[in-house]
Amino acid sequence: MTSSRLQSWPWHAGTALAALGVLAPILALVGQAGQGSGAHWGHLLQFVLPDVLAQTLGLLAGVGLLAAALGVGAAWLVTAYDFPGRKALSWALLLPLAVPTYIVAYAYLDILHPIGPLQEAIRALLGYSSPREFRLPDPRSLPGAIVLLAFVLYPYVYLTTRSLFASQAAHLMEAARLLGYGPWGAFRRVALPLARPAIAVGLCLVLLETLNDIGASEFLGVQTLTVAIYTTWITRSDLAGAAQIALVALALVTALITIERYSRRRLRYTGNRRAAPIRPQRLSGLAGWLATLLGLTPIVIGFVAPATYLLALTLERLGAGQGPSSALLRAAGQTLGVSALATVIALGLGLAIAWSRRILPRARAWQLALSRLTTLGYAVPGTVLAIGLLFPLMAIEHGLAALRAATGLDPAGLVLLGTPAALALAYVIRFLTIPVGTLEAGLDRIPPSMDQAARLLGENVHGMLRRVHLPLLRPALAASALLVFVDAMKELPATLLLRPLNFDTLATWLYAEAARGTYEEGAIAALGIVAAGLLPVILLARLMDRPAS
Amino acid sequence: MLELDRISLSYAADGGRRTVLRELDLHLERGQIACLLGASGCGKTSVLRAIAGFEPLDSGTIRLDGRLLSGTGFRVEPEQRRVGMMFQDYALFPHLDVAANVGFGLRRLDASERRRRVRDLLDLVGLTGQETRRPHELSGGQQQRVALARALAPEPDLLLLDEPFSNLDVDARERLAFELRDLLKAADRTALLVTHNQAEAFAVADRIGILKAGRLAQWDTPYGMHHHPATPEIAAFIHREALMSRRAQACLRGAPSVAA
Amino acid sequence: MPTRTPALPFIRRLSLLAAALPLMAGAAVAAEVNLYTTREPKLVEPLIAAFTQDTGVKVNTVFVKDGLLERVRAEGAQSPADVLMTVDIGNLLDLVDGDITQPIDSAVLQAAIPANLRAADGQWFALSLRDRVAYVAKDLDIQSFHYEDLADPRWKGKVCIRSGQHPYNTALIAALIAHDGAEATEQWLRGVKANLARPATGGDRDVARDILGGICDIGIANAYYAGHMKNAAEGSDARRWGDAIRVIRPTFKNAPGTHVNVSGAAVARHAPHRAEAIQLLEYLVSDKAQGLYAQANYEYPVKAGVTLDPTVASFGPLTIDALPLTEIARYRKQASELVDRAGLNQ
Repeated sequence: MTSSRLQSWPWHAGTALAALGVLAPILALVGQAGQGSGAHWGHLLQFVLPDVLAQTLGLLAGVGLLAAALGVGAAWLVTAYDFPGRKALSWALLLPLAVPTYIVAYAYLDILHPIGPLQEAIRALLGYSSPREFRLPDPRSLPGAIVLLAFVLYPYVYLTTRSLFASQAAHLMEAARLLGYGPWGAFRRVALPLARPAIAVGLCLVLLETLNDIGASEFLGVQTLTVAIYTTWITRSDLAGAAQIALVALALVTALITIERYSRRRLRYTGNRRAAPIRPQRLSGLAGWLATLLGLTPIVIGFVAPATYLLALTLERLGAGQGPSSALLRAAGQTLGVSALATVIALGLGLAIAWSRRILPRARAWQLALSRLTTLGYAVPGTVLAIGLLFPLMAIEHGLAALRAATGLDPAGLVLLGTPAALALAYVIRFLTIPVGTLEAGLDRIPPSMDQAARLLGENVHGMLRRVHLPLLRPALAASALLVFVDAMKELPATLLLRPLNFDTLATWLYAEAARGTYEEGAIAALGIVAAGLLPVILLARLMDRPAS
Repeated sequence: MLELDRISLSYAADGGRRTVLRELDLHLERGQIACLLGASGCGKTSVLRAIAGFEPLDSGTIRLDGRLLSGTGFRVEPEQRRVGMMFQDYALFPHLDVAANVGFGLRRLDASERRRRVRDLLDLVGLTGQETRRPHELSGGQQQRVALARALAPEPDLLLLDEPFSNLDVDARERLAFELRDLLKAADRTALLVTHNQAEAFAVADRIGILKAGRLAQWDTPYGMHHHPATPEIAAFIHREALMSRRAQACLRGAPSVAA
Repeated sequence: MPTRTPALPFIRRLSLLAAALPLMAGAAVAAEVNLYTTREPKLVEPLIAAFTQDTGVKVNTVFVKDGLLERVRAEGAQSPADVLMTVDIGNLLDLVDGDITQPIDSAVLQAAIPANLRAADGQWFALSLRDRVAYVAKDLDIQSFHYEDLADPRWKGKVCIRSGQHPYNTALIAALIAHDGAEATEQWLRGVKANLARPATGGDRDVARDILGGICDIGIANAYYAGHMKNAAEGSDARRWGDAIRVIRPTFKNAPGTHVNVSGAAVARHAPHRAEAIQLLEYLVSDKAQGLYAQANYEYPVKAGVTLDPTVASFGPLTIDALPLTEIARYRKQASELVDRAGLNQ
């Protein structure tokens, strides 16, 4: 299907812009890294990188394993078995997605502290009066970080694996049973291998989130690559060195993305969608309640405990007669505003990229490269992206100032960095992959015959978009809008660097309080973020149960 | 060999329970091939699933070679029944190649014996040399044969086949039906098929059962069923596609029995 | 002095070009001043509020946790920053080296601030002192302490400290290098690492919290946090932590003084409100503001003769380490490298 050049230029322009947005910061980073000294690398390689890499890889491996076990186990539990509360549990297992990694660390450091609620309760039970007599191990360690991160990140694996298990032909499992395997054997030899691509996709998301995290690693004392980047930049004021480490992180990230893409392609080979799905096996009595308990455990640890704790702190503060301060409310408003701005732009650009891949088949390879690039934007840790962005942004600022001066307008003031625009831009670059991926998948579900039918019925390319594609893409559009919005609300590292004067988001508010050690309004901000984070969870839950078209 | 003794089966539907099988009786001798005929949704697949052990019985018993497999409140696990099944969609494991699929149920054998057996089975179904191909690379007919070989591999006491021909194109069906019969006889297997297509049933089976309202309306040899249908509906069903003489038609309309 | 990476030539050329363009000359109608600070907002707010109340000049504050230098440099000549406020002498000197400050000649500032606590050419000024002290479990019987004692095996499993790479700590370590030499300091770091009760992370307040929680008995932190905690609302968490500790002002083995760092400020190079910027700085060294630093922030005033907060006074007399601040800045990079070599954070 060919389009005239005239019709296709907006799409070319849109995609070119998006590509530039992602590439510019990365290239700026490479430029910065190139300016660094080799001597610095020597110190890094000998004293810093080995341990940092070991801790990073250890964290990735630990979180990956635990999150995979939790996600796959939960997915199989709600697919293959029927027990009390199964329906509610199947979407409730997504709830930990609402809790960002830095909040789960922040909450549990309080909850699990020797003078925190859990240990005080245990001491009361056991009859000890002072933490010096009895103490549980400190979560500030690599194992502690692994456990906490796994319990809020497992839903990524749960989501992808569950939808695969749910659509898997029941007959495959039954065939395995008749060929001599018991339920566990059939799971291990048929269901699990078939789910491997889905597990891999979910796992890659888990690992990318782990790499991107700075809050939790920092609070829990784990030296990851991201923490090392911060340290090199802040303490040694060595941007070039930091950029060098950032490139190492980028390499790791690229490897992960490649694996994810490969697995996603393999996913397409499995399954015959018309086949009947697995019918859950009823568990009654004690077995049933045990299953319910098992399913509840990750939800309690990953969501209920931290959310309840934050709620308690908030109520305590409200009960003391102090409502949220006007400054906090303003921060909330600003958070919503900049997130909304970013969402609109990201959605528009994402649509341009996804759709142009469909109508411009000759540019297919180039578009493919572009959608890969957007994934890279997501994978880059927030601070790194922000530093990278500063330079191109300033170039634009200077250009705009020159333009304003040339046309007689007042050239002073920063148009991008002085307003939330720079921040929105950073969000767009970081989260562009969400609408691109979702809309591409949504478009894939629309058969090309529909395009052909529309064209034959007299619609040109843009009419087809308006009357056929957009209505059919509504769920995908809504879903990606929600995901981008909430991700922007939760974003922390880039926001800290790029926000303009007198501008706070809920996330930066929380972080500032945590840094100061005053845990009062921080809890309200955290609760706000978690509450907002519930919205995509609800959306995902509803989409999950809709039968695949 | 296979004895279904007054089995009843129902399942939950629309807030209540829907009875699918009502005190159905069935008896199959060793080495016989039987076919259950009936319209879609009449419960024939449920019979297979009950024999395979995937559905519990409300009442009645299922015995295979004297062993009690299912009874009221009692059910042997599917993997212990020594029953094989060929599914309507073949249910080939997409992540395994042909050899691994066929050898899936042979884990008790050591590797070389398993290889040999797989080879023999592939020869039997006419797929020699296809060991390393993947299911999605095969045609429908080839997939069917792999599914058959896989089900036959552990030498089950009973082979169940669910609409084995429905996924094939029309020309192939009748030819493959005869091939299937030859194969099953060569392997000396006891088999129970279900289908809604009577031409295939007649081509394959030693005994045919018409399933209606949850029970067998007639259980007879193909010849017997063709020549002595038990009810007018059965007669109409059997002879639907056949050209009939005017005399036969007149007899159908009025006579209680039909002579060929 | 840490080596600076040169600014991108491209940006430099552009900022020179931009500087040639007409600036915001008459646009500042309402008196205001733009403050870029890395200090926590709650510490800065009392001072800002007092300034606005007394002078009517509005203060727009932006809190930049990391990358103040990078941000202002990237903003170039268009930057609205007037006053740059930060902590740690190293950071202050970085601002100067990064070419984002301008020299100020103010008699008021010169009179109020001792010469070793400001730049000779007026590019930076210290506004308050922060001594880095030992928090000790209340019931521990210990009266005096050397920083070097922290590596002593008697404290095995009993030490809490924040990240070794945090500027507060690297300044202290730089001072140790200056007094004891790099070799001895690296040994000290290894000793401290062996004594850690939990990873070197968190903030200074967490030291007090962990002492209350029985995780450790001794830690290093800034004194003003103790002031805040001990004066927090009755029954609040912070108060409980503060009440669980005692503050001891350590000295060096080879020098009779306590390590102090500074918080300070500079006027930004392209400040659009230069006059107001100087006005703000001069206000911050006035008796009132210095009193606020002391009373509201529990810090040590840089100006002589200002009344201390009673809690701070209760910590005992403060003998400031005589080491010139510029020396601390000089060894800072090496301090950071030693932390890596000794693996304190790992």
